[in-house]
Amino acid sequence: MDLVCGATLPSHSLVFETYGTLNKARSNAILICHALSGDHHVAGIDTEGKIGWWDHYIGPGKAIDTNKFFVVCPNNIGSCFGSTGPTSNNSRTGKAYGDSFPSIQVRDWVESQKYLMDHLKIECWAAVIGGSLGGMQAMCWSLAYPDKLKYAVVIAAAIKLSAQNIAFNEIARRAIQSDVEFKEGHYLDHETSPKQGLALARMIGHLTYLSDDALGTKFGRLVNGGDIGTTGKEVGEFEVASYLNYQGDKFSQKFDANSYILITKMLDHFDLAQDYNDDPAKAFSHAQCQFLIVSFSSDWRFSPLCSEQITGSLMSAGKAVSYVKIESDQGHDAFLLPNSRYQKAVSLYLSRVSNELEESSS
Amino acid sequence: MINDTVPIGAWIEPKSRLLDLGCGDGTLLRRLIDDYQVQGYGLEIDPDSINLCIQKGLNVIEQDLNKGLKNFPDNSFDTVLMSQTLQALRNPHLVLDEMLRIGNRCIVTFPNFGHWQTRVFLSIRGRMPVTQQLAYQWYDTPNIHLFTYKDFEALCSERSIKILKRSFVGSQVLGLNNLCPSLFAKTAVYHLAK
Repeated sequence: MDLVCGATLPSHSLVFETYGTLNKARSNAILICHALSGDHHVAGIDTEGKIGWWDHYIGPGKAIDTNKFFVVCPNNIGSCFGSTGPTSNNSRTGKAYGDSFPSIQVRDWVESQKYLMDHLKIECWAAVIGGSLGGMQAMCWSLAYPDKLKYAVVIAAAIKLSAQNIAFNEIARRAIQSDVEFKEGHYLDHETSPKQGLALARMIGHLTYLSDDALGTKFGRLVNGGDIGTTGKEVGEFEVASYLNYQGDKFSQKFDANSYILITKMLDHFDLAQDYNDDPAKAFSHAQCQFLIVSFSSDWRFSPLCSEQITGSLMSAGKAVSYVKIESDQGHDAFLLPNSRYQKAVSLYLSRVSNELEESSS
Repeated sequence: MINDTVPIGAWIEPKSRLLDLGCGDGTLLRRLIDDYQVQGYGLEIDPDSINLCIQKGLNVIEQDLNKGLKNFPDNSFDTVLMSQTLQALRNPHLVLDEMLRIGNRCIVTFPNFGHWQTRVFLSIRGRMPVTQQLAYQWYDTPNIHLFTYKDFEALCSERSIKILKRSFVGSQVLGLNNLCPSLFAKTAVYHLAK
């Protein structure tokens, strides 16, 4: 496929999972778009016993009800869970792409998802849903293929990243690149891996996805299971430190460093209104679907203001939009976590979608 | 529930852009969309009411009116509507100014505190009125700014707000609301412009 950057991927594969049943009219399909580090295993339990990353929200009777909808979730290109990415073999060289994997943009992800849509013979998504970078894909879908989706659910996303967001991503990339094992991106050739750098990158990222309050409530100043004031003179590791270290190490075992660099750059460069005179309302004037926008009160990476800008632009463009700001102390991570109000809002909104499907079939 | 949609409908241009501030469960907005095909958006703060709006298929935006409306550009709506909410705002006069900035025209409805029932309640019983329309005790009422329609008109005159039309809803007997709205109008409905 041809990429926005001008490069061509001679071939690419996309792994995906589906849940529920596609109806006869093939009209009940929902596309789930994953974020920076997500994969195709979004719901249920896989053969290794792993629970899907959005299992709280997808399943029979859940907010995204698989009794009603056929849910599709691919792993996107450039990532590292089976779809073509930096760890895949480049047919031209016979070696893994590594850091030579072409730069990709959100629009490329949408394009590869369109291939999947055609493969599944789906004419129009009932909805495209995503959080964070996933929400950017949902918005991008609404402009790239306006008549190919009826609803878009855009959660904790932004029209473009702030300077602070880009800065955090740059620190993460620098952490990876500073690892001696990075070998200027050629670590696969050296059969090594910049695990320390990737762990550090993830620790920075992970910290910014949480809120001060949530960290305070969860860990406070606890040390090795006891409070620093009560455990006496012995000074151990703070629980927040061991938690972050654990998260970083876990992530560095499963994710590819070049993918992390590639996808954070993709986030940085996303700018929905760039081709529309920097006017988001003008961009959205091309959309045809209805929108639900969701934000979380304590999210400071993609703050409620970002979602309110999206909402305002959609209103200016005269589009159908609803917006909910969910009270949560979980920061950006809230979009993945159980929250009764959030579940209810998504569930009620999607009931609109399923009711519409029922009406059109009767 | 006082039916204040009758005069409102007459002032709304079919297919125009409408912003409903404090849309509640969306009953009125749904009706205006169904009857006049307006492109309507409702602003609401209460999560349960927002859910009801979503269920009704409405465009509902979660926003606290007390925190301002700066996110809305000048003249971005044909009509900005506020039904039975002005008395619950922290700064009604400032919101009114904002409504007139955002909307070409504004429609405001509010309970007339001068209605004879509330007067009787206060003067005879010496207690803050609790009526069907103002159904709260003084300590837990959302209605923190109670005023009469005459107070409202004084405010309009102070702020040079043009009253295009007004209508009173209340007692059906002998057209008393129009004869003596000060005593008999339960709800006052105003059509305003800058």
